[in-house]
Amino acid sequence: MSTNEHSATAHTDHDHAHHDHKPGGGITRWLYTTNHKDIGTLYLLFSLLMFFIGGIFAMVIRAELFQPGLQLVQPQFFNQMTTLHGLIMVFGAVMPAFVGLANWLVPMMIGAPDMALPRMNNWSFWILPFSFTILLSTLFMDGGAPAAGWTFYAPLSTKYSGDSTAFFVFAVHLLGISSIMGAMNVIVTIFNLRAPGMTWMKLPLFVWTWLITAFLLIAVMPVLAGTVTMVLTDKYFGTSFFDAAGGGDPIMFQHIFWFFGHPEVYIMILPAFGIVSSIVPTFARKPLFGYESMVWATSSIAFLSFIVWMHHMFTTGMPVTAELFFMYSTMLIAVPTGVKVFNWVATMWRGAMTFETPMMFALAFIVLFTIGGFSGLMLAIVPADFQYQDTYFVVAHFHYVLVTGAVFSIVAAVYYWLPKWTGVMYDERLGQLHFWCSLVSVNMLFFPMHFVGLAGMPRRIPDYALQFANFNAFISIGGFLFGLSQLIFLAVIFKAIRRKGVKATDQVWEGAEGLEWTIPSPAPYHTFETPPHVK
Amino acid sequence: MHKPLLYKLLLIGACMFAFTFALIPFYSVFCKLTGLNGKTANSSAIAATTVDLQREISVEFLATVDKSIPWTFAPEVPRVTVHPGEVRVVNFRVENLTSEAMIAQAVPSVSPGQAAQFFKKMECFCFTQQPLQGKESKLMRLQFYIDPALPAETKTVTLSYTLYRVVAQ
Ligand SMILES: [Cu+2]
Repeated sequence: MSTNEHSATAHTDHDHAHHDHKPGGGITRWLYTTNHKDIGTLYLLFSLLMFFIGGIFAMVIRAELFQPGLQLVQPQFFNQMTTLHGLIMVFGAVMPAFVGLANWLVPMMIGAPDMALPRMNNWSFWILPFSFTILLSTLFMDGGAPAAGWTFYAPLSTKYSGDSTAFFVFAVHLLGISSIMGAMNVIVTIFNLRAPGMTWMKLPLFVWTWLITAFLLIAVMPVLAGTVTMVLTDKYFGTSFFDAAGGGDPIMFQHIFWFFGHPEVYIMILPAFGIVSSIVPTFARKPLFGYESMVWATSSIAFLSFIVWMHHMFTTGMPVTAELFFMYSTMLIAVPTGVKVFNWVATMWRGAMTFETPMMFALAFIVLFTIGGFSGLMLAIVPADFQYQDTYFVVAHFHYVLVTGAVFSIVAAVYYWLPKWTGVMYDERLGQLHFWCSLVSVNMLFFPMHFVGLAGMPRRIPDYALQFANFNAFISIGGFLFGLSQLIFLAVIFKAIRRKGVKATDQVWEGAEGLEWTIPSPAPYHTFETPPHVK
Repeated sequence: MHKPLLYKLLLIGACMFAFTFALIPFYSVFCKLTGLNGKTANSSAIAATTVDLQREISVEFLATVDKSIPWTFAPEVPRVTVHPGEVRVVNFRVENLTSEAMIAQAVPSVSPGQAAQFFKKMECFCFTQQPLQGKESKLMRLQFYIDPALPAETKTVTLSYTLYRVVAQ
């Protein structure tokens, strides 16, 4: 969102003869840029686009489920929609949004001039559009897009999948490479480029949570790459990793996938914890309660994420000891997560609170993410899970943690830092409207899913028993309203990019603290070329 | 200045990629040792010394043919009742519906998974590959017993075979 005006102003007083990242004109500026702010902007805009594409797929799903029976789409296409919706939202919307925020904010928060590896940064962004073009192009192929679900269980993704599988695998490889490069960049930046005096225990929590997330990414994205590689060779090259005919085992797929998959869900939530930990103190006008415990809680959640994967597989048949182990290890995660929630509440306690849009989204995050956490605890209970497994209860659970959790935190972050990026305050009236519309519709959309799930409605099926008809019509209306509400968000962003609004001060928010609030708004193209001293 | 750290991170990534593939053999060894996941031993067991006449176990047989091979495949009886330790023989009939010679391999799986290590096969057609001439049919022999150590709460054990085509390498 920093536009060409920077090339005229911020650049005159620097000598850039030896640099390759001088912003040129037009498209090449964005293609060749190595500036962390440009790349952050690219990531965020890309993720916004993907959010709407994945959202359209969700609208197709909800339109089909508006009434029982098959009205609009065929089951095979419905499966393609659920698959692509999941893949696009996870890998195209949520993850790139967090990487975009990291690009914009990590250097500014630690007093670094840029990311440590700017050219790799450029590369890791520009791989993404290719990856998702490949993935989306499968929609127009004979046999259609992948339809095995975003979890692409074998043999659905091997024996019974269409020819688009190869494209799917290649797309996942590309986005995996992109994520790993992005994560390495974050780690190297935080390790090597902290300003003098910025000790580990002074790092803003957003930086801490992203550091831990980056390690999770480096640990599990290669596992995902390995999994899709096995799917590829099983399907096309005669191996049998997941095929009993050759001595393989389809259950093995689930083990490997969820060994990646569970840390992956924390990759999508830890940066959200960092965002909320930045926003709540600002609008409560009090320092964050329990900073150190936040750091330890984040680290222990990251560690625990590696020893819980079989809670996704309770019904595949496993010894009672394993079920007990994974039940208890899963429940254990509630402890550090609870520490965080209590810390946020304690931060607000007796604070001088105001309720601007970022704070509203952060507050909604705390309440609704906690609801998602509670349904997660219910799912962790083995005997209960036998009932909940593969029903809409699971869908309700992970949408509470991912939509009202991860997505709400990203939206909160955009409102919070938008004035710093664009130099103007966003339209508060539209922001509040966006918040209330989203809050009401998202709960209409996902809350009743708990009930239809408990009553036994299976997920991933385009049709359902008549008894679920009223609930599903209501859910679909909630879905459409939530989709429409996001157009308000689009309007807010558009206005801010066009610089329509009150000029923002450097500090932007009265209670904001941190290095990024000491530089001018909008943030100049280059910041902290001489590192600041942190007391 | 950033290179040493970057190389370490790359190494972690490469190790995790390799680790994914190492999980495969680790998993099958683990499952064979513990009998988890319905994997039975692939070699013949010795007869049990005791027969527990007090208990009766219902043993069910399932035979599935993979779509890669146009054969028929079925047990002669769908279910037998045995005492733990008692040796029984059940035959499975296969027929090659094509006029072409083919080789097949049956892959067993036991349910519930915890019962797998107590399902003792003394002789099984699944230990070896089974060739059939075109239009040929034959009876394949399974000789087994249930280990008396089978947990008391297990009353029914299902043995499922899937028949796959073996393509000569
Ligand atoms: Cu999990």
